[in-house]
Amino acid sequence: MIKGTAYQFGDNIDTDQIIPAMYLTTTDPKELAKHCMEIADADFPKKAKAGDILVAGRNFGCGSSREHAPLSIKGLDLGLVIAESFARIFFRNCINIGMPILECPEAAKEIQSGDKLEVDLDQGVIKNLTKGKTYQAQAFPPFMQELIKAGGLMPYVKKRLGSGMTI
Amino acid sequence: MGYTAMQKILAAHTGKKSVEPGEFILAKVDLAMANDVTAPLAIKALERHGITKLWNKDRIAIVFSHFVPAKDILSAAQAAVAREFAQKYDLSLFFDEGRGGIEHSLLPELGLVVPGEVVIGADSHSCTYGGLGLFSTGVGSTDVAAVMATGEVWLKVPETMRFNYRGKLDPWVTGKDLILYTIGQITFEGALYRNMEFTGPALMQLSMEARLTLTNMVVEAGGKSGFIEADKVTEAYLKGRAKRPYTIYKTDPDAKFYANYDWDLTGMEPQVAQPNLPDKVAGVSTIKGAKVHSAFLGSCTNGRIEDLRIAAQILKGRKVAKGLRFMVIPATQNIYRQALKEGLIDIFMEAEAVVSAATCGPCLGGHMGVLGPNEVCISSSNRNFPGRMGHRDSKVYLANPAVVTASAITGYVCHPEEVLGKGKTLAAA
Ligand code: SF4
Repeated sequence: MIKGTAYQFGDNIDTDQIIPAMYLTTTDPKELAKHCMEIADADFPKKAKAGDILVAGRNFGCGSSREHAPLSIKGLDLGLVIAESFARIFFRNCINIGMPILECPEAAKEIQSGDKLEVDLDQGVIKNLTKGKTYQAQAFPPFMQELIKAGGLMPYVKKRLGSGMTI
Repeated sequence: MGYTAMQKILAAHTGKKSVEPGEFILAKVDLAMANDVTAPLAIKALERHGITKLWNKDRIAIVFSHFVPAKDILSAAQAAVAREFAQKYDLSLFFDEGRGGIEHSLLPELGLVVPGEVVIGADSHSCTYGGLGLFSTGVGSTDVAAVMATGEVWLKVPETMRFNYRGKLDPWVTGKDLILYTIGQITFEGALYRNMEFTGPALMQLSMEARLTLTNMVVEAGGKSGFIEADKVTEAYLKGRAKRPYTIYKTDPDAKFYANYDWDLTGMEPQVAQPNLPDKVAGVSTIKGAKVHSAFLGSCTNGRIEDLRIAAQILKGRKVAKGLRFMVIPATQNIYRQALKEGLIDIFMEAEAVVSAATCGPCLGGHMGVLGPNEVCISSSNRNFPGRMGHRDSKVYLANPAVVTASAITGYVCHPEEVLGKGKTLAAA
């Protein structure tokens, strides 16, 4: 169960806004976290606490393929990202590195910054404690659930390699 | 019922007779690519999971593109990680500083991506290669690490949107204008998760380079991949270049599409994307007069020899506007050398432009001409999100090389005819 405060950012937040390219000279999540979302909200890295929840509109994470973007969010120890929709590569990256995300247009539209949320990731249930509303997020396709269960892409790959399957 | 070329390519790489949109597949990869920024994270992922055997040392390309040459101590240290990895595993396709250039211009130029293949790149503009009639898409570092280990990638088979371009193109209209127009029409999430197949007589008369500009910006419409069927132009381009045998796939007449667009582009003027979204597109005449502080000709979108030739023809005997700086950066070292031989570099320097070795440089606000607060740039690159080329309050217009160059001369967004005179056109570039 994840409990935290929501931070709402609108539509079309691209990876340059999540982590500007000038900071791509490191792969350390903690270093990247210091600049997470700073283009959209300069104080965000300081305000956000572990477990807090990033909420966004459509096409979150569009733009470059930099895995540094979800890593910077992970580095801040945020609980998860809820969005109306995610850009394709960002979505893959989150699943691959084990950064929890949920796609839920209704919740993403109605949650406001400062709302207290409680999220059951396994069930995909988002509770807005401030507004007293509950939402059901979309379920992941079975293949992705398998990846998530394995703990991300690399553990899944190791399993495949270890199983002696010819690659 | 027929299949799209993309379905056929993906089926061939999955060992199935056919695949359907929405289906999850594990596809065999022909080439994997990472750059100086994405490779270090992939290497970390491999090391963390104790993977020490790579799939194929001759099919994993590492191309130093972004912070090239190293812009500071951190990027030098990061480059060293990728360099050591390439040496340790004896990667035959490692392109260090000075040996290559921007990944998406380099791989086609060297014939390292050919029709019918599946290419996976740890960079979002890996969709570029689809212009050669293959499947290619951008992924993150962990994804490419998995390909490096196994030679396979998991994919959801995309639906295909088909775009048919007809009509007589204005002499100033290029591949860049076709794709900007398209993104403006369908919005920058209009092709989310989908394959964009481009066709039609107005497109197929364009050069290979112009086609690659088109597929380069598929991701700016949210697309997963772009596709242009290989034809005579493609085969002429591949002649003497292609490093592997290839197969040409065609879409069946009765294939199913998610959507079909058919546009007559007769009379369309050059297109410009306005700050801060690549789908805020309008004809150049409606934006004319917007002041710019800087202009950039380069990037994986429009930094090829054809683009430099256009710019040089317009710049010849003229100067860059006072107070404005014009960065001209050939996309690869080979293009740079060719431009030197043709005397283009001389024209740029005479006009007081800044010329540098191949690098992404200012395209991602990395180095070589980063924008300060409130500065405005007109760029031949592909993205104009807030802060893309520098300060969060800087702004970027995206346009074709001729519009960028003309604007560098006047100091404001303008049509090339404003510099050359009405009705004037260029000799074929
Ligand atoms: S030129 Fe720009 S868009 Fe192309 S690979 Fe480099 S940073 Fe990315």
